[in-house]
Amino acid sequence: MIGATTPAPTLIDGVPAVVSSRFGVEGGHTIDGYRSTGSYKGYEAIRKALDMGPSAVAATVKDATVLGRGGAGFPAGIKWGFTPAGVWPRYIVVNGDESEPGTYKDRVLMERDPHQIIEGCLIAAYAIGAAQVFLYVRGEMAHAQERIAAALNEAYAAGLVGRNILGTNFSVDIVLHWGAGAYIVGEETALIESLEGNRGMPRLKPPFFPAAKGLYLKPTVVNNIETLSNLPWLFNNSVDAYRAIGTDASPGTRLVAVSGHVNNPGVFEIPQGTTTFRELFESPIYGNGIRTGHQLKMFIPGGGSAPWFFPEHVDLPLEGRVIGGEGSMLGSGAIVVMDETTDAVRAALRLARFFARESCGKCTPCREGTTWQEKILQRILDGHGRPSDIDLLLDVGDNISPGPYPVASDAAKGLDAIPYPPKQTTICPLGPSSVAPITSAIRRFRDEFDAKIVKRNLIPVSVESFEDAPTLAESTDHGADTHV
Amino acid sequence: MEQTPMSEKPLPTVVTEPVNITVDGEEITVQNGELLIEACHRNGTYIPRFCYHPRMNPVGMCRMCLVEIDTGRGPALQPSCMIEVTPGMVVDTKSDLVSKVQDGVIEYLLANHPLDCPVCDKGGECPLQDQAYSHGPGESRWVEEKRHYAKPIPISETVYLDRERCILCDRCTRFAKEVAGDPLIHFIDRGANTQVNTFPDEPFASYFSGNTVQICPVGALTAKPYRFKARPWDLQTVESTCTGCSVGCRIEIDSSRNHVLRYNGVDSDPVNWSWLCDKGRFGFESLEAADRLREPLVRSGETLEPASWAAALATAAEAINAASPGSIGVIGGSRLTNESAYAWAKLAKGVIGTDNVDAQLGDGLPADVVFGLPQATIDEVCKPGGTILYLGPDPKEELPVLYLRLKHAVDEDGARIIELAPAGTGLTRHSAVSLNYRPGELGQLVDSLVSGSNSTGENAALSTAAKLIAAAGDSLTVVIGRANLAENAQSVVAAATAIRDAVPGVKFLVALRRGNVRGALEAGLAPGYLPGRVSLTGGQDDQVAAFKSLWGNVPAKQGLDTKGILWAAAEGKLDVLILLGADPLSDFPDRSLARRGVAGARTVIAIDRFPTASVVQADVVLPAAGHSEEQGTTTNLEGRVTVLNQKVTPPGTARPDWMIAAELAWKLGGDLGVDTESSELWAELVASTETFAGAGVDALADTANADGIVITAEPRPLATVEAPHVSPTSAYSLRLVVNRKLYDAGASISRCDSSSALAPAQALRLSPADASPLGLKDLDRVSVTSPNGSLSARVALDSSVPKGTAVLVHNLAEADPGALVASDDAVCEIRVEVG
Repeated sequence: MIGATTPAPTLIDGVPAVVSSRFGVEGGHTIDGYRSTGSYKGYEAIRKALDMGPSAVAATVKDATVLGRGGAGFPAGIKWGFTPAGVWPRYIVVNGDESEPGTYKDRVLMERDPHQIIEGCLIAAYAIGAAQVFLYVRGEMAHAQERIAAALNEAYAAGLVGRNILGTNFSVDIVLHWGAGAYIVGEETALIESLEGNRGMPRLKPPFFPAAKGLYLKPTVVNNIETLSNLPWLFNNSVDAYRAIGTDASPGTRLVAVSGHVNNPGVFEIPQGTTTFRELFESPIYGNGIRTGHQLKMFIPGGGSAPWFFPEHVDLPLEGRVIGGEGSMLGSGAIVVMDETTDAVRAALRLARFFARESCGKCTPCREGTTWQEKILQRILDGHGRPSDIDLLLDVGDNISPGPYPVASDAAKGLDAIPYPPKQTTICPLGPSSVAPITSAIRRFRDEFDAKIVKRNLIPVSVESFEDAPTLAESTDHGADTHV
Repeated sequence: MEQTPMSEKPLPTVVTEPVNITVDGEEITVQNGELLIEACHRNGTYIPRFCYHPRMNPVGMCRMCLVEIDTGRGPALQPSCMIEVTPGMVVDTKSDLVSKVQDGVIEYLLANHPLDCPVCDKGGECPLQDQAYSHGPGESRWVEEKRHYAKPIPISETVYLDRERCILCDRCTRFAKEVAGDPLIHFIDRGANTQVNTFPDEPFASYFSGNTVQICPVGALTAKPYRFKARPWDLQTVESTCTGCSVGCRIEIDSSRNHVLRYNGVDSDPVNWSWLCDKGRFGFESLEAADRLREPLVRSGETLEPASWAAALATAAEAINAASPGSIGVIGGSRLTNESAYAWAKLAKGVIGTDNVDAQLGDGLPADVVFGLPQATIDEVCKPGGTILYLGPDPKEELPVLYLRLKHAVDEDGARIIELAPAGTGLTRHSAVSLNYRPGELGQLVDSLVSGSNSTGENAALSTAAKLIAAAGDSLTVVIGRANLAENAQSVVAAATAIRDAVPGVKFLVALRRGNVRGALEAGLAPGYLPGRVSLTGGQDDQVAAFKSLWGNVPAKQGLDTKGILWAAAEGKLDVLILLGADPLSDFPDRSLARRGVAGARTVIAIDRFPTASVVQADVVLPAAGHSEEQGTTTNLEGRVTVLNQKVTPPGTARPDWMIAAELAWKLGGDLGVDTESSELWAELVASTETFAGAGVDALADTANADGIVITAEPRPLATVEAPHVSPTSAYSLRLVVNRKLYDAGASISRCDSSSALAPAQALRLSPADASPLGLKDLDRVSVTSPNGSLSARVALDSSVPKGTAVLVHNLAEADPGALVASDDAVCEIRVEVG
């Protein structure tokens, strides 16, 4: 699954490798490898941070504008500041339940550079005053779990985690927790429920904002694996060096996972906000072109939940605000490229089925609606579609996320860009996520839907005489249409 | 309040911090911070809902209560069951968007819901059905195959689950986890395949499982006793009170064609919050037991033969007339209504002239103690942040809904319980401190807790408990009762008086177990007392004289209690023993004395519903009406008087107890002064006592008093009682604890089809520390010997039983611990031998 990984230069095409510098290094996942290879020396950053004091550490992260890499892109420094003063204990929960369709960047970080995550955890824990960090790793990622477990053992043995770290009075425990395999647990409140030993179902915000009422109803910061992986480089270098990469609004780099119909799929570290999709697809150091002999039909710019983009969007930069303005999102950094051989209906079904199966079952619209969408799409693909099914699909989606749904804008087709996120009748965005690919597919490729439906409904019916009374099949079909 | 699809009422909320919000354009004043759905409901705007239940924490699952809320940043769709009101909030519950998404939710819920309403028990009273009409789109666009599961599956002995009908609202699962504390049902799988189920091989064996049937918003959960018995539109309903135990939960009785078919809990805020235990909920089954007494019986040689009422009453009257008043004893009365209890007190003490009258069976507390302690209500005991000293019976087994209230007080309201018990109970895990004492040594433990003596320093739990009690001061409440039937009541009484003396302002909830035992005592069915706590010997000459003129006569001196009556009978000094719904052969803790007493009385007259062990030994048997079969009032353990309503007619010629008393009085040449209605008796009782003065017929009929009226009376003088002196245990003996289980061989519960099989097997519960020297393991058979008798039982190792103590359950089908117990002993010492 993981494609080519870049060897370990400190610069990638002139850009510093912030988090990926040990991806190609043999032994980079060990404590010795972490200390001796890569773009910075391991476990030096925590030393510097401990000298600075917690508030200076927090200020550094805030000044550097380290954006969250889990999907929403919220600045980590500001998120840390939401924890109410004077309420103890407080926790850091690291979200390693990476399961958005097409996303596998955190997995590579966990497998190839676990110490970088651990050091990031230490810095974050020191900054907010947490004595306990929970590293929640997706259930299916056995290799990542083993690598992190081994790394934690090394770090504990080296006195870098545990009591009196590096001889200071700073102590923190990092607990590795294996998930049981559920997409919904990537949602932070569901992750917290799961950590508490309950069934992973999201909590309603408000009142359960994790920063105020999180794990065990105590202040909790939930950060993504990649977000924390940025911290060691930041503290080894400087705020200015960090901000020099990428754009002003989105400094630093980010990992993108490119999959699908490109010649060289893989995880790439790119400067935020400057690289365009075209570069990403075509540059030899990234995707190295759409599959030879094929053309781009559509692509998902930010994970299975994101509205689709089309060839006219390839010159957009990977910058959250720009993409949001165009009606989609960068989300988890998963880019799925589909060429003209892709059946839009089947692609929509594939995603709809994922969301239907991963719905936790808590909110009625998501539980029933996602399954309904899957069934309708399956029916259309099976040749049993009805002309009313397209409106039905759109309305089923509308009852999960009412109102105009974000679509990838297309001036040629008269489609306006509507910013993410949509209104929703559910607690978390899982339900609305299922609507995005379906709406995208219908808006752009309605002809493909119509073709499948019309084909099925070409029942020869003559109404010239009573002998040609409606067939059983026809009357059944009619009945089904008005079935209550 | 108009009829709404969900039967739950809004919570009774007192607005102490008013804020104004706008709902559908109208400004209303509500309590700051209350849930929006509650605020709207109380002010007349019903927001549809499925998962929300006012007595449980909201989860926001069903999404039916979505409304548009604007708190200054524009309207947003939010679940009104989870949003707390804030000043100035603007709410639209009927906007186009709200209507559309509510339509959507109904359509989604009905997508997989079977349309089997015509054969569904819930059809006609179904919130899904009702809200599909009131808020749904009217038709569905779902053409796919619906979800299928095996239907229904039993999840316990009484509850069936139909997963096809389930809409996954989390009500039953939340109830099981949060309210009952029995998290035995849960969601499994995910997405549209999410289902409620039990864990493999672990049934939903909760004492409270029936509540899930009541709160299920669809027909997914049904109860065996009601399945397919009626359609809701054929039911007639009256409100009443459950008398299965003394908590006095408010219920609705549903009947059809003169058969009681169902009890449902009513949300009575001071008492049961709509919850019932399964014993109470399904207890109506015994009303139609096959062996229910339907006609009078008179002994003819070895057998009881049917007789006319006239003949049976004449036989009874003849026996009574032939005996001197002092040789007549009356045991029982706690099954009776207040009116019947008063009628029998008047008959026994006024007409017959005996004071040998006792509503309790040696397993309660003396009337002096019940009347002598300052009283607390359940609400006072369960007040937020309160401290509760609990030294009563296991509430989960004996007073289940009181257990739910105590659990809620601890889990949600920050109350703290200090439990003193001879062995672990259902309350132990909810207690801040649980201290075990050796049987007979409660007094010493209480002394060290309340006296502040320094002996607490060595024991951390003891000193924590002492600190909690000291910190509570006069807000301390005490629940007191008989945790152990193998000890006499003296140690409990000593503990109660010690606490009363040491903690000024302390209040007590006396946890006597039987349905209307409190009412029976207050109505005069106690030795030495006339109705209204008037003591025959306590210097209340004016009141005694008043009763003498009202009744024509009163006993001259205090008579015997149940133990005394049985002793007298056993010694051949009792001519007539009247069993007023009492079965001493099953219930009196000392089985040997009970047997000798019932056998020794020359004539036994039994008034009962069932042919119990004692009844079949009687000479005259008079069939009595039961619950739901007579009109009247009852008094719960707090002293709360509520109305009992008649819904069906008694079987055969059975009649209310007061009517039997009136007839018997007539035969004896007296007159109880009642003509046609029991309310005449009630009026007389209310008029002649201070205790009941505020609870007249009109007051009880006032809807403001729907939760009943708590009778109040100054505590009577109660002398401090010394704790019994118990000699040290011999090294080889254990001290016996006899307690009760919810399901046992009791007269009613053993006649309920759905519950009779739930009685546990008898086992001698031993600490592993005591079992290992004897080489005992689970299920080994042992012989248990006390100075009074012996029995054979199987062993169960139980680490919640302290070393030196052994536990048996009262009144199960086998291994009757009554054989070991002598009613006079402060403790019962037993020897356990293998084999």
